Amino acid sequence: MTDVTPRALDARLAARLTPAVAMRAVSPATRDDASDAAISAVAVRTEQLDAMYGGVAAVRSATLTFTPGRVTAIIGPSGCGKSTLLRCINRLHETQPAARVRGAVFVDGRDVYAAGTDVVAVRRSIGFVAQRPTPFPSMNIRENVVAGLRVAGIRVSGTELEDRVEAVLQRTGLWDEVSDRLDSDPMSLSGGQQQRLCLARALAPEPRVLLLDEPTAALDPGSTQRIEELVYLLRGEVTTIIVTHNMQQAARVSDITAFMLEGELIEQAPTRVLFTAPSDARTELYLTGRFG
Amino acid sequence: MSAPTYPTARTMSSAERPPRSNARGDRWVGWGDRIYGALITACALAIPLLLVLVAAIIARSAWPAVSTVGAELVTGTTWDVPRGQFGALPAILGTLASSLLSLIIATPLALGVAIFVSELAPPAIRRPFAFLVDVLAAIPSVVYGLWALYVLVPFLREVVMPFLGDTLGLGALPLFKGPAYGPSLLAASLVLSIMILPYIAAVARELLQAVPRSQREAALALGATRWEMVRDAVLPYARSGLVGAAILGLGRALGETMAVTMVIGNRHELPSSLFQPAYTMASLLANEFNEASGALHVSALMAVAGILLAITLIVNAIARWLVWRMEART
Amino acid sequence: MSALAAPSRVQRTERMARRRRMGSFMTVVVWCAALLSVVPLILIAAHLIIGGARVLSPTFFTALPAPPGVSGGGVANGVAGTLVLLGIASVIGMPIGLGAGLYLAEHGRTRLATIVRYLSDVLSGLPSIVVGIFAWELIVRPSGQFSALAGGFALGMIMIPLVARATEEMVRLVPVALREAALALGFTRWRSSLQIVLRTALPGIVTAALVAVARVAGETAPLLFTAFGTPFWSLRLDRPIAALPLQIYNYATSPYDDWRAQAWGGALVLIALVLVISIIARRVTRSRFGAATGGARGD
Repeated sequence: MTDVTPRALDARLAARLTPAVAMRAVSPATRDDASDAAISAVAVRTEQLDAMYGGVAAVRSATLTFTPGRVTAIIGPSGCGKSTLLRCINRLHETQPAARVRGAVFVDGRDVYAAGTDVVAVRRSIGFVAQRPTPFPSMNIRENVVAGLRVAGIRVSGTELEDRVEAVLQRTGLWDEVSDRLDSDPMSLSGGQQQRLCLARALAPEPRVLLLDEPTAALDPGSTQRIEELVYLLRGEVTTIIVTHNMQQAARVSDITAFMLEGELIEQAPTRVLFTAPSDARTELYLTGRFG
Repeated sequence: MSAPTYPTARTMSSAERPPRSNARGDRWVGWGDRIYGALITACALAIPLLLVLVAAIIARSAWPAVSTVGAELVTGTTWDVPRGQFGALPAILGTLASSLLSLIIATPLALGVAIFVSELAPPAIRRPFAFLVDVLAAIPSVVYGLWALYVLVPFLREVVMPFLGDTLGLGALPLFKGPAYGPSLLAASLVLSIMILPYIAAVARELLQAVPRSQREAALALGATRWEMVRDAVLPYARSGLVGAAILGLGRALGETMAVTMVIGNRHELPSSLFQPAYTMASLLANEFNEASGALHVSALMAVAGILLAITLIVNAIARWLVWRMEART
Repeated sequence: MSALAAPSRVQRTERMARRRRMGSFMTVVVWCAALLSVVPLILIAAHLIIGGARVLSPTFFTALPAPPGVSGGGVANGVAGTLVLLGIASVIGMPIGLGAGLYLAEHGRTRLATIVRYLSDVLSGLPSIVVGIFAWELIVRPSGQFSALAGGFALGMIMIPLVARATEEMVRLVPVALREAALALGFTRWRSSLQIVLRTALPGIVTAALVAVARVAGETAPLLFTAFGTPFWSLRLDRPIAALPLQIYNYATSPYDDWRAQAWGGALVLIALVLVISIIARRVTRSRFGAATGGARGD
């Protein structure tokens, strides 16, 4: 019989995260269950995370675990802190003036906020796609795709680089559309193509975590569908966290959904469970459209 | 097996809290960032440094004259280099008089231009007209001087001055007294007003365009005519900024050198009549600095530069503050 | 009818008519002010073209100034000298202005940035003749001679606040999301600032820098005691150098008729130079910058 109390489950997940946390939380009785099939994607876990703008706390004491290789959606009304939480994971939140973060974020067992951590290395290992397409206007399409590799100083031969560009553009479904104009201005692409280019740019350095901040909010339904399909296909290789204000989208693409309200995590559950039988009354109110 | 339950924040007791790390925003990381940060900070600090250096160097060089001549510098009316008399009052007053006069002439016109461009002009001519005014601002001072010297001054001497003085009989008033010299306070003020007009107009135009739509619509909704909207909603909203724009123009006029030097007549006398030649501090510097004889003369000119600097800095500081306050509000 | 009663229809229409008349009157006044303001521009343009056309010839651009009484002569050394001075000014003014502008854009609302921003506005209001005297005291007096370097320094100092504020404005037009995308991809801050943000804003900054060059190209007062001018051909940086505005000033205030005529030609060339730089500046903006920021906003 497996112990399925929250605490035990927490401990099992923790065992994959960090020896320190495991030592602290795992009891001998539950240790065996901790070993899952080996997955290249890594787990992400936030612990007691507070994020502030000036004196205002946008995220309060958020503790969440993101299962390796799965897609987790974070939903909630606007202003609930879901984007801020996401931006804490790759330490992007703190780049804003007067922003502050307290707490811990474990990626592959290491606290990215620990003293001496190389912030740039953390960001390089995590892919990020923003709400609006952000291709670099000063670079052509090819340069955009390899920007992450270039900046990391990864040296690959010309043909290998071309292969990588092709592979990642194939995955994002852009290859057929742009293969004949890789040297042209990314601004000539449509909004949906630009966003897929950004996705390709984020995937090119082969991150093991992918953060999507409302990636389809500015797109038409067709482009949205293509991005959602891609997110589905990435399952298993990348731990994906997607923030969305669109509940249908969360239901379509995610395995697990977390619901946030006013900076706090209200509940996290397998998507089907959360949408059909939420355990918290506030989640139900939100899902039925009575606030937010 | 039942569906796993997922942890929430509340499932963790305080005893289990991990050690908290802290990350504050906006830091520079690594050598590249530090070098870059230091470089741009150095560039930024060059601006205050230059200002302090200007003030310090001019103060140091002016000191011999200030200690020798003393208050005579700003109260004395005689500037006689061979006799060692350095009274700059005529130049100081000439600067103030020509600048204020030009401001009086240019401000209403500049305001008219700003209102025209931002409110009343037909959309088709708005941009071309604004472009023309911008071109006016791009003409170098020395070209204005050239034109004023050979076109404006003769016109004033032959036509305007006789008309004002004799035909209208204004010659009896002290302001229009004296023979019709061409180069005069009037000529300098006119050319200055042409020069500062586009400058005031440009700042004023931006301020008027910054007045929120809601202000205009509120006035129109109350049944105001287009002019009443400008008068009652737009202008009052931008008032302090417009005053600042005018004072910015004044700051420009105070320091303007070439055009003024070419048409003001350069005479060391207290300005009394618009028709008489006068002097300004900037012209004094332009004319005498290269031919300065003796250390005291150079130092006295430095003192004049210091006075000019102080006046323009104060005027500019006030003007910028007024414009900023207006911009901060919108 | 009591005094408190609503105004009659007649009274109302009369008042409305008065308000309308006032409106049309003020419209006429504003039109007049606007037209009056561009009259000097038209007059100056006409006189420049008439006066300048008289002396303009191919030799005017290739010859050195002629002594009074000798016909011909040109402004070749003045044009070359002005270009040298602008080059020195750009080397000094642009990097510092660019760096200061980046600082102001990066540090936004901090106290130091606010002070620097304010002081850069104050610096741009400094009388140019005072800048010339400062450069004289700082460079000419210690070195014992007038020089192109001193003139270029004075012009460069005038450029700094112009370039700084323009750079700040252009960098601020680049969406924050673009900077964040670069950071998230693993760019260090300096690389995201220079390789992404600055490069995106570059066309706008180039335009602003060219406008600053055009603005100082016609400056005369700062050169009086620094570049000083010379009737000879010289491009040495440590010697006095000719400058077009100085030549115009000297010719215009001279007692010789043929020199005065040359002043008009010089003025026409100077204006043409300023306009050409301004037009290039506008073209840079139109061709690239619109596309860059328009698209980067993602609509």
